[in-house]
Amino acid sequence: MTSSVALSSYRDQHFRGSRHLQERKLLNSTTLYVGNVSFYTTEEQLYELFNRAGDVKRIVMGLDKQRKTPCGFIFVEYFCRDDAESCMRYINGTRLDDRIIRCDWDAGFVEGRQYGRGKTGGQVRDEYRTDYDPGRGGYGKIVQQKTILPQSL
Amino acid sequence: MSRRKFDEMSDYDSSRDRKRRRTDAVEIEDRLESLIIRVGEKSTSSLESNLEGLASVLEADINNYKSKILKILSDCAVTMPEKTTIYTTLVGLLNAKNYNFGGEFVDMMAKKLKEALKACMWRTARYVLRFFSDMVNCHVISTNSLLQLLHTLLDTARDDNSPQVRSDAYVYAVLSCLPWVGRELYEKKEQDLERLLKHIEIYIRKRTRKHVPGLRVWRSDRPHPQEEYLDCLWAQICKLRADMWQEKHIARPYVAFDSILCEALQHNIPPLTVPPHHPDNTYTFPWVVFRLFDYTDCPEGPVLPGAHSIERYLIEEHLHNILREHHTERKQCAAVLLDFPLKHKIPLEYMIVEVVLAELFHLPTPKYLEICFGSLLIELCKLQPATMPQVLAQAVELLYDRIDTMNVCCHDRFVSWFSYHLSNFQFKWSWDDWLDAAQLDPMHPRAKFIIEVLQRSMRLSYHQRIAEVVPEQFDCFVPAKPEHIFKYGAETAPEMEGGEVAQRLEACIRAKGNPTEVLQILRELPNPLRDGTEDEPSFNPLQVQIFTQVLLHLGSKSFSHSFAGITKFLKTSQNSCHPQLFEVLVGPNEEAQMVLLREMYEVWAKHQQMLVMLTDKLLRSHIASCATVANWIFSKEMQHDFTRSYIWEILHGTIRKMNKHVARLQKEVNEARERHSGRDSDDSSSDEEDSRPRPTEEEIERMEEKLEAVQADQKNLFLIIFQRFIMILSEHLVRCDTDGRDFNTHWYRWTIGRLQEIFMLHNTQVERYSQTLSTLLFTQDLDPHILDAFNQFVALRS
Repeated sequence: MTSSVALSSYRDQHFRGSRHLQERKLLNSTTLYVGNVSFYTTEEQLYELFNRAGDVKRIVMGLDKQRKTPCGFIFVEYFCRDDAESCMRYINGTRLDDRIIRCDWDAGFVEGRQYGRGKTGGQVRDEYRTDYDPGRGGYGKIVQQKTILPQSL
Repeated sequence: MSRRKFDEMSDYDSSRDRKRRRTDAVEIEDRLESLIIRVGEKSTSSLESNLEGLASVLEADINNYKSKILKILSDCAVTMPEKTTIYTTLVGLLNAKNYNFGGEFVDMMAKKLKEALKACMWRTARYVLRFFSDMVNCHVISTNSLLQLLHTLLDTARDDNSPQVRSDAYVYAVLSCLPWVGRELYEKKEQDLERLLKHIEIYIRKRTRKHVPGLRVWRSDRPHPQEEYLDCLWAQICKLRADMWQEKHIARPYVAFDSILCEALQHNIPPLTVPPHHPDNTYTFPWVVFRLFDYTDCPEGPVLPGAHSIERYLIEEHLHNILREHHTERKQCAAVLLDFPLKHKIPLEYMIVEVVLAELFHLPTPKYLEICFGSLLIELCKLQPATMPQVLAQAVELLYDRIDTMNVCCHDRFVSWFSYHLSNFQFKWSWDDWLDAAQLDPMHPRAKFIIEVLQRSMRLSYHQRIAEVVPEQFDCFVPAKPEHIFKYGAETAPEMEGGEVAQRLEACIRAKGNPTEVLQILRELPNPLRDGTEDEPSFNPLQVQIFTQVLLHLGSKSFSHSFAGITKFLKTSQNSCHPQLFEVLVGPNEEAQMVLLREMYEVWAKHQQMLVMLTDKLLRSHIASCATVANWIFSKEMQHDFTRSYIWEILHGTIRKMNKHVARLQKEVNEARERHSGRDSDDSSSDEEDSRPRPTEEEIERMEEKLEAVQADQKNLFLIIFQRFIMILSEHLVRCDTDGRDFNTHWYRWTIGRLQEIFMLHNTQVERYSQTLSTLLFTQDLDPHILDAFNQFVALRS
């Protein structure tokens, strides 16, 4: 079984620097990316859960680039690596707001990274998905645009 | 083997061949290691034939790989205690074939024991001793030699100059090896065994039990006695003795090889001198055995071994070991737990739940993060959805039933865990079963449990969710909507003193006014402390009040907004030309800090989580000091919320920050000293450190001064907290005495429990100031109820 603190195969394509540098940063990082978060999850809920792994230094909510509203991902930064590892061990794969959230190592928050990279402003995954997810704006964006159904906002 | 022979015969002695021989050797060593480590795991062949085969392989390689084999075997003996009998059998078979090898192995283990005792590695020592005991069963060691060793260890019980926890460690080690060798000793050396047990019995009787009340999860012994660990094991051994030392749990592969093993010659364990007590020695804290279930709680099927059966001890120890080994990987941990050997003979889910909860509620502190246990239980529910959730639900019901006498620390952990657990299961619960709580005093442990669970559940979700999920009888328990109260809103401001200024201040900050402009507005306010004399008051409370109210109101949207608002008025490189507002208005003045904290409470009384977060921010920004926060917690204004959990969340968070600060500075001083003396560090970042200039003696002195100053702050913080506890508790006891009332009210139970909690959670740091505390505060003339909390804490190490 792979270790719960191992790096995943994901690498941020927008990272500025060599692969080697990126990997080194990931291996020493105290910041985690958290995905599959509901659009309605509040900062308070996030602090309440993530503080259980250690003292949280800060939380940055991922925002829709156009609307500046939460779009379902966040960055959690801890003060020390051990606490971030505890988060990977004990919080990754458990539920927040009834959704299973997924944590992964992040090379570090940089201004600008809090915005979704999808064409319509949210996360890329919400552009293409075809399922209906009430916690993430309903249908995927492309599906929404194609159908005549009124958009639920 | 044949490849080795070819190399030896070859006269091609190039370095390439030498290298190939070395890698061949490494490969063989690795293979041997793998074979030894994995013996006993699931296999197509029987364990006996695997052991026989492995013994032959090892025997053939003994000449060339002896030291490696010795090392692997001795490591396995200590790191895999649940496979003790497998490895002793293996050693027994090797000893039967090669007497010298057996002797060298015994010597190696004796050395391991001595080192473990010296290094205070009590668990390792216990496993070595257990291995020695089982080696008697395999005819590797003589019974006389083992008995001698056991007596040597028990002699520590006569030493009156060392703490009880020291002799406890030795006696516990001796008792815990008896399940393996008790029968053999009974058959061959019954009188010696009885003598040994008599010594232990005398020791057990004369031990003090001052530490026990503070370590019990429940004050009551109903329905199940909560026994001290050594008392429990002694009772279990006594029962084993009454059963003629017949135990059915331990698998003994050596029985199948008896005809071979009994031909072997036995060795004597080299005599051991027990290392003396040293004040720097650390000993395991005593504990109280956690008992939640008995056999009537389990459904039809395998019976739960009784509390005093040796099986219960052996199985629980094994389960705890699984947790210790795998707790960092919860999926694996859950799988290994559920794959427990002999799982069909016991109600496995019940035993797992009891062991996990035992660890969660362990006093003084749990070994791992609470969320480690929480996420593990969720994983177990995922793997066994048909049985695990029901067992857990049953456990919760029992815990709730017995919550009246639960230790305050454990009550908190129960609340924290249960709300977290519910948040993973949509907060679905049979709330109706607990409706009786609605009739109780809100300070009653049951009512309080529900109040705090709903509060924490709300923090993990949101107010409306919780309000809807509980029955209407619990409306009285649903927390208030977490909103803020702003004194200087458009309707109320005109009537308040300084209300007009407050409104202009709000407009100024909203318009992104700089600190100079803000201060200008605040300066318009009169100072209520001015008493007509020449003296300039040290601060202006009205300024502090209004600034705090407006700032927190403007940041009320979220934590981030509040934090940003506060940060804006701290000193940064960008605004260094402007006055640092908190410095000017509040500064180191404790009274001013108190006004700020009180005002913060006025604004956010209904949002407990916000109060916790804001206090944390104020401490980290050095706006409020730890001492002030402590005094604020104990102040008259906070009496109403004094028994609410969030208050203690704040106080413990404050103490922890102070502790972390001290630890950080200590680490820096140690590292600087090492770099100064030019010693090599094993630190992986040593490359970076070496490139920095070596710290001068002067720099180190300054760091040490800083460390001393912060340690003085830490000591002061504990003194304040303990002093305030003593004051309010004494006051209560005296008042009840004068009024002729029973002092044992809910408030009293919670407060004395919180005092104990300080000792428990921060016992390592408090230990440092133990002397001062006993001379200054916890003196003999203090009411015994209060003094008890201190004495129980001291007893953890005595």
